[in-house]
Amino acid sequence: MKQLWRAAFVIARRDFTAVVLSRTFILFLLGPLLPILIGFAFGGLGEKISNTDLRPVVGVAMSAQDSAALERAHDRLTERMGEQALPRLRRVSTSISPRVQLARADSEVVAILSGSVARPVLTGKAEDLDKLQGDLSLMSSAARAERTLQLVKIERQEVATSLGAQAQARLVIGRIAQVVMFFLTILLAGMILSNLVEEKTNKIIEILAAAIPIDAIFLGKLMAMLAMSFVGIAFWGGTAFGIFLALGGGGSGLPAPAVGWPIFLILAVLYFAMAYTLLGSLFLGIGAQAATVREVQTLNMPITMGQMLIFFFASYAVDHMGSPAEVAACIFPFSSPFAMIARAAQDATLWPHLVALVWQAAFVALIIRVGVLLFRRHVMQSGGRWWKTLFRPATG
Amino acid sequence: MIGDTPASAIPAPLAPQAAYAVEGHGLVKTFGSFRAVDGIDIRVPAGSIYGVLGPNGAGKTTLLRTLLGIVDPDEGHRSLLGAAQPQRMAQEVGYLPEERGLYPSMKAYEAIAFMGALRGLPLKVGRERAKAMLAEHGMGASIDKPIRQLSKGMAQTVQLFGTIVHEPRLIVLDEPFSGLDAINQEKLEALIRAQARRGVTILFSTHVIAHAERLCERIAIVAGGRIRFEGTPGEARDRLRPQVRLRTRTVDGAWRRALPEDTMAEEGAWHFALPDEGIEPLLRALIDDQAGIESLSIERPGLHDAFVAIAGAAVAKQMQDDRVQEEEA
Repeated sequence: MKQLWRAAFVIARRDFTAVVLSRTFILFLLGPLLPILIGFAFGGLGEKISNTDLRPVVGVAMSAQDSAALERAHDRLTERMGEQALPRLRRVSTSISPRVQLARADSEVVAILSGSVARPVLTGKAEDLDKLQGDLSLMSSAARAERTLQLVKIERQEVATSLGAQAQARLVIGRIAQVVMFFLTILLAGMILSNLVEEKTNKIIEILAAAIPIDAIFLGKLMAMLAMSFVGIAFWGGTAFGIFLALGGGGSGLPAPAVGWPIFLILAVLYFAMAYTLLGSLFLGIGAQAATVREVQTLNMPITMGQMLIFFFASYAVDHMGSPAEVAACIFPFSSPFAMIARAAQDATLWPHLVALVWQAAFVALIIRVGVLLFRRHVMQSGGRWWKTLFRPATG
Repeated sequence: MIGDTPASAIPAPLAPQAAYAVEGHGLVKTFGSFRAVDGIDIRVPAGSIYGVLGPNGAGKTTLLRTLLGIVDPDEGHRSLLGAAQPQRMAQEVGYLPEERGLYPSMKAYEAIAFMGALRGLPLKVGRERAKAMLAEHGMGASIDKPIRQLSKGMAQTVQLFGTIVHEPRLIVLDEPFSGLDAINQEKLEALIRAQARRGVTILFSTHVIAHAERLCERIAIVAGGRIRFEGTPGEARDRLRPQVRLRTRTVDGAWRRALPEDTMAEEGAWHFALPDEGIEPLLRALIDDQAGIESLSIERPGLHDAFVAIAGAAVAKQMQDDRVQEEEA
C-alpha cells in the first residue's frame, strides 16, 4: 500500500508540475474570471435597467375633476404600496376616441381609461386589459370614495428571526452550493478524460506500467488534477471575494447554513473533492479506453449529458428533504456529494456526512479499480475476466 | 550519443544473488486466436548477459513484457528476482521498452530522475545522478533542455540512463540497438558489459545476431512464439559441424574416394562438413596420392549459420530483411 501511494505521488507530482508550470495554465486561470467580470458588468447594467421606470403608462381621458381625483387616489395608494406597484397615469385628449388615439404611431400609452370614476371604461389590447383592470378598478374605487376612504393602519411587530425565512435562506444556500459545486466539477473534471492519451501516444505508458501498479497511475493522475483544481478554485474564489469586498460587500447579513459556516465550508471542500474524484475516476477509466484525442472529444458530449442528469436529480432532492428521492440522491454515489452539501445547509446533524464521505471514498476506490482492470484488459491486453481480480491487491 | 562507460553508470558490485534472476515456465500468452508466446520455458542465470534472438513478430517483446509483469500470462508462471509477482521487484529492475517514450516537455535530467523515482529512487538523488551521467557522456549542454529539443539518439540515451539510474539488479532491454548508429551501438555494448561486470543481470532481445554473438553468455532463439534453442552461443554453433574447405592442385585421383558424401565443389574448392572420424583419413589419402594440397581450412560455424540451422532458413531470411528495413528506416 505504501508503495502504491509513493508511486501515485510520483505521478501526481509530474502531472501537477507539467500542468501548473505550462503557459496554458495562465489561460486556464484567467478564463473563468471572464464570466465573473462580465457578471459584475452586467449586474451593474441590470441594476441601471431596473432603476429605469418601466411601469406601463395608462392614458386618462376623463373630465378634469375625475382625472384629478384619480391622480390623487394613485398618489395615496402608491404611498402605501410602493413606487412600482401601480401603473403610471397620463392625461390624454377627451375629444378623440381612445381607439383612434391608441392607433396613432406616436401613442405613448398602453391603454386609455375613459368614462368617469363611477363608470370607467378601459380600452386596450386584451392582454394589457387583463394586467391593468384590477389596478385601475382599485384606483377608481379609491378616487370615488376619496373623502370617505380611510386606510387602516397596520401595527408592526418585528422579530430577529423567522424559522420560515431561515429555512428558505438555508434552502437557497443549499441550492447555491450545489450549483457552484456542479459548475466547478463540470468545468474541471472533464479535463481528466484526455489524461492518459498523452502517455499512450508518447509510449510512456509502457515504462509506467513496468515500474508501478496501474492503480498508482490512475490515483496519481486524479491527485494531480484535484490539486490543480484547488489551485484554480483558490485563485477564482480569492479574486471573486476580492471584487466582492472592493464593491463594499459584507458578510454580516448572510444567513448561516444549518451546520454553521466553518463546518459548511469544510464539507463543501470535501464534497467537491469527492464529486471531482468520483466523476474524475469514471472519466479517467472511460478516457483510458480511448486511443486518440478525437475519441475523447466524441465522448465529451454524452458524458456532459450524464453529469446534467445527476445534477437535476440532486437539485430535485434539495427541495424534498427526507423524501425517498432525497435519500436516494444521498446514497447514489455520483449525486451523493451534491445532495449531501444541500443537506448540510438545511440539517445540522453531522454523522450522515461522515458516513457519506466514507461511502463516496469507497466508490472512488472501486471505480478506480474497475477502470484499472478494464485498462489492463483492453489497452494492455493483459489479465482475464476483470471482475475476478477486483479485490486483489494492486500490482502491475 | 552513448559515451564511454562513465564512473556514474557503474556503481559498486552487487552482492551474490539467487541462481536465476528470471524464470518462466510454460508461459502462454494469446491475443485473440494468435499465440504470441506458446509454452515458453526460460531461465536467465543471475549476473549473466542473456539474449533473446528472433525475427520481428517472433514473440520476443511479448515474452519480455510477460516476464516483467506488464502483461499476465494466460498459462504458466514466472519469477523475477525470486518474486512470483514481478511488480514487487520493480525497484530492482530497469526496463527499456522497444517503443521509446518520454514526456516531450520534460528536461533531460528530470526525465532520468523521474524514471528513477518511479523505481523508488529519491528525486534529489536521481537528479544528481542524472546530471552526472549526462555530463560524463558529453551531454552537459543538454541537461536543462526539454526532450523535444534533443536529437533521437540523445533522447534514446536519456531513456537508457533513466533505465539504469536507480542501479537495478536486473536490466531488461527490448531491441536496445534499434535506431542507434554503429558508434553508439558499440558504446551501448560497452555499457552493457560494464553493468554485467558489477553483477547486474542483462536480458535483452534483438534481431541482430552479431550483437548477441558479441555480448551474450547465453541465448534463446525464438520463432513462432516458441524457444527453438536455449544455451550458450558456443553450444548453438556446436549444433553444426565445422566446415572444411580444401583446394588441391589435381582435381582427380584415388584420394577423391576419401571425400565425404556431402562434399560440394565450388569455385575450384571442395566444401564439406567435418566428418565424425576427423580430417586425418582424408589427409592421409591426399598425401599418399600426392594430390597437392594448396589450402586446407577448418572453420567453426558462426552463430548466424547455427541460427539458420536451428530456426530455419525462412526465419533467418526474415531477420535479415528486418535488419535491412530498419537500416533503411
